[in-house]
Parts: sequence; structure tokens; C-alpha cells
Amino acid sequence: MGFEHQINAGFMPLFDSAVLVTAKEIGFAAREGVDLTLNRETSWANIRDRIAIGHFDLAHMLGPMPVACNLGLSPLASDTIVPFALGLGGNCVTVSNEVWAGMAIHGALPDLDPARTGKALGALIRERAQAGRDPLRFAVVHPHSGHNYELRYWLAACGIDPSRDIEIVIVPPPFMADALAAGRIDGYCVGEPWNSASVVAGTGHIATVKARIWRNSPEKVLGVRKAWAEKHPEALAALLRALHHAARWCQDPANRGELAALMAQPAFLGLSPELQMPVLTGRLALGGGAELAVDDFFLPFDKAASFPWKSHALWFYTQMVRWGDIAHTPENAEIARNCYRPDLYRAALKPLGVALPGANAKVEGALTTATPVGSAGASLILGPDGFFDGGIFDPDRIDDYLATQKFTVAHA
Amino acid sequence: MVRKPLAVLVIDENRIRASIIEAGLREAGHEQVTVVHDVTGIARRIAEIEPDVIVIDLENPNRDMLENMFQLSRVVKRPIAMFVDRSDQASIEAAVDAGVSAYVVDGLRQERVKPILDMAISRFNAFSRMARELEEARNELENRKVIDRAKGILMKSRGLSEDAAYTLLRKTAMNQNRKISDIAQSLVTAADLLGPGES
Repeated sequence: MGFEHQINAGFMPLFDSAVLVTAKEIGFAAREGVDLTLNRETSWANIRDRIAIGHFDLAHMLGPMPVACNLGLSPLASDTIVPFALGLGGNCVTVSNEVWAGMAIHGALPDLDPARTGKALGALIRERAQAGRDPLRFAVVHPHSGHNYELRYWLAACGIDPSRDIEIVIVPPPFMADALAAGRIDGYCVGEPWNSASVVAGTGHIATVKARIWRNSPEKVLGVRKAWAEKHPEALAALLRALHHAARWCQDPANRGELAALMAQPAFLGLSPELQMPVLTGRLALGGGAELAVDDFFLPFDKAASFPWKSHALWFYTQMVRWGDIAHTPENAEIARNCYRPDLYRAALKPLGVALPGANAKVEGALTTATPVGSAGASLILGPDGFFDGGIFDPDRIDDYLATQKFTVAHA
Repeated sequence: MVRKPLAVLVIDENRIRASIIEAGLREAGHEQVTVVHDVTGIARRIAEIEPDVIVIDLENPNRDMLENMFQLSRVVKRPIAMFVDRSDQASIEAAVDAGVSAYVVDGLRQERVKPILDMAISRFNAFSRMARELEEARNELENRKVIDRAKGILMKSRGLSEDAAYTLLRKTAMNQNRKISDIAQSLVTAADLLGPGES
């Protein structure tokens, strides 16, 4: 075939691997001269370690994972960089029918409102504690994941101490629905289609979604071994261009049917195409017959979804500090800032004449409406990007933000 | 200097492979070997066993869960994957290729872990070789069955002897540069499609 570049990539069976999958399967990578090999993995730890030892050049990765890696929080330390993001949003918080029934008594409605459902969950947790019952157990996919941090952010903002009032455990995405059905966990935060899977099975209710907790918030990224990227800059740039075209293709409603069928294949998710549709349309069945359309539920391309904002890396960093993963020092903040690489993104996509943001970081939560931003040539629309509690994260004022991020509810 | 014997915990859902690894470790003089197939309730087991080394199959999707648990429980102060030697890239890759990952309790000298991992790697490889040979034998049997059916079809439809039917299959395979079993499969498929029920 005469490919110019060989790239070996890892991915986990989640819908947000779609940009990487379509780059290969629809032929965007080949068009850029990249022979892309995709390896389905069973754990995020494998992905991280296989990048570290050079089995994979790059992979579908949890947004905070490369930051954690570079901060020395993982066993096999190797510099991993993020030159591209694989989408915004896409996660939900799903609870068991029993927990949902309890929350409903305390005022939860099937409206996905994080403040309302969070308040109801808090009331249920206190009621259970008073009755001497075990704390509820929630699962996330990895400690250094957007899921862990957004779940904790949501709970804390609703007056629930995620480290004391509930138990948080780790469960791999494909096992979530089964663990909930078997009663081993009471709720979980995971990407699609593993929430809709519980709704379809009749064993869970979607309580709220990432897109409502923090609209247009970062999720999976392309994690790249830094040593490889420095050695193969042209291969990386070619792949980033392929991913750009793939992301645009994934966003186009005309391709939804084909994309759902592709992701449904056993090599990728192995679940029916119908189960891939909620993430594509944003029309979610919440359980018990309720349905809701969610704006910006999952964006693979629109709203600069693939831009690796330094403010995203830094927000993940503030949450690592907040929950005791690492101490805040200027050096650590610098490591987090340098992990995401918008410079590589710009350099690779500039020849395409596509719209590029004017800055490398933004004040998260500042845009309350969709806002066109200055960019050369084509136009680019950002946001809205608000946190549900009205919080603002200014990446230039990390210390101030951390001061507001303490968990301050007085414990009885 | 008397060394404290190492407590080794092997976590593998594949019982056959786990027992092969366990046998290897015992042969190598490791007396304190525990094998766990199911990770439910593993936290308590680890607290009881207090392993110095935990060997786990990389294919086990619960690796993320285990790693987190080690961090929380401080059983493994800092989980370390396959700690042969950080500089020894080749042996790390061999470990990963063989599907092995190991967690080592803090403070344990690397030279005491390496033999355990080397053994686990060779047992993993032996197991996959065995599995491959079994698969090949099964394919071989399947091929023979298909060839026998194809011969039967030729004998019946063309009035050939068994030898002549086989010779025809072989000649066709050679002419088309394909395997005899492929030619036989095509013939069987075609015969099924044209089957007597339909004609």
C-alpha cells in the first residue's frame, strides 16, 4: 500500500473512541498516509503502561491520565502529551432503581438537573446514615478520570462529601451495568453506551449528565508518548489531520447511522446500533419511560471539541490537588500546563485552513451563551461552558480557585 | 543471611494457566504462593496474605480496580507494574507480551522479583503455545472432516474413487495456489447451496 507512517494505537471500548476508530475504518488515516493499527484494551492501566514501554505510540486516554502520569502518580512514569482531544461530554451518572426511588421521594425529577438530583441524593444519604445503613457505593472507571472528578465536583457542590458520605470504587466500563444489576454498586459515572445499557436493561436510571454538571467539559484525549512524538513529528501531524477530518465526519448527523453501525461491531463496542444512538442524538431514555433531549450531550467536533485547552489540563490538576492526589506547587502546576500541547495541534492543522482558537487557555465557565470567537478565516463558536453551580475557573488564578475548592460543609 | 520467603499472590481468572504458574513458582522454591481466580472480595484476601509480589494477567479488566485498591489500602504503597528493572526495556516488553503484570510491595529488592517474573513469563508463553497447538489440532481435525465431505461429493457426483477424488482436489489446489482445505470448503459450500432439497 505504501504508507508513509506506521502508528500503533490503543483504545478502550467506549463510544468516545469513535474519532480514532473512524480515522482508521472510514479511511481518513490512510488518506494522510498513516497506517493506523488499533488495539482494543481491557484496562486504562494497560493503555498507560503500554504507551510507557513503547508498545503503543498513542492511545484513547482519560483526560487527566497524562497529567497524572507526568506528575509521577502512575507506576511506569514516562512523559505523555496531549496534542488533541477526542470530544466533550458524553458521560452520565446512573443510579439503581432503588436509589432512584429513594431520591424521587426527596424531590428528584427525571429532568437531569444536577442541583435538584444532587439535593435529593444528599437527603437520601443522610436518611440512610440515620437508619444505620451502609453508605452508598458509586463506581468510576479510574481514579485519574474525568468521571471521578466530575462526580466528586457534583456531590461536593450539593453538600455531599465524596470521601466520607459515600464510597467510591473502580469498575471497568463494560462491567458497570452488570455490577449495578447485581447490586454490587448503587450508582456509577461512565461514558456511553454503558449508561443506556442499564436503562435498556431496566436496572438503572440516569440521574444527571456531565453536560449538565459542566457544559462542554473535557473528556477523553489523545495521549501520545512524548519521546515518540519528538522522533516522529510528521507522523503525528498527519494523524492529527486525519483525526480532525474523522471528528468532523463523526459530528455530521448524516453519518449517524453508519457511525452507530460501525461502533456496534464486536471489534469495537459489541452492542446494538440502537444503543449507540442516544450519545449521537443527545436524546436519552432516562429510565421508567422518561426521555429528555440534552444540548451538547457529546461533541466530537463542534465547539472546538478537539482543541487541547491548557485550562482543561489545569482544571484536572486543581481537582487532583483538591482530593489529595498531589500537593500544589508551582512546579506541579507547570507540569500539568505543559502536558496539553495546543502548539502541536495548531502546527498540524494550520495547513488545512481550519478555524483555530485565538488563545491556548480560557476562563472555564465564563461563557453563558454560544459565542463566536476571533479566528483566522473560518468562524469558530465556543461554549456555553458553565459549571452547574455557577463556578468560574480562571487558569491564571489557580491559588484563588483552590481556596474555593475546599470541601467546607460542616459534618455533624 | 537467611532471607524471608516471599509471599506471592497470583491473580488469574484462567484456572489452568494459574495452576501452571503456581506449579512453576513452587518448583522454583517459592512456598508461599496463593492463587486467586475471582477478584470479588480481593481486598480482604490481600490484607490476609500480605503478599510481597502480586502477579496479574494483563487481560484482567480489573487491573484498574486493583491498582486503586492498592493505593487506598497501602498494601502496596505505590503500585509498580512489572518491576524487572526500569532500564531493562526488553524484559518489560517480554512481560507485557506474555500478558504478565506484577505489583511489588515497596522496598522489595528488584533482584528477588526478577526470577518470579521470568518464571511467570515463561509459563505464560508455555500456556499460550499449548493453547495455540490445541487450536491448530482442532483446525486440522475440522479440515480433515471438510476434505472427507468434499471427497464424498466428488465420488458421488463424478463417480470417482476416493483416491481419484483426493487427487483432483489436490490438483485444483495446486493450480489455484490455495490450500486443499479451502478448495474442499468451497466445494462443500457450493454443494450445500445447490443441495438436493432445492433442485
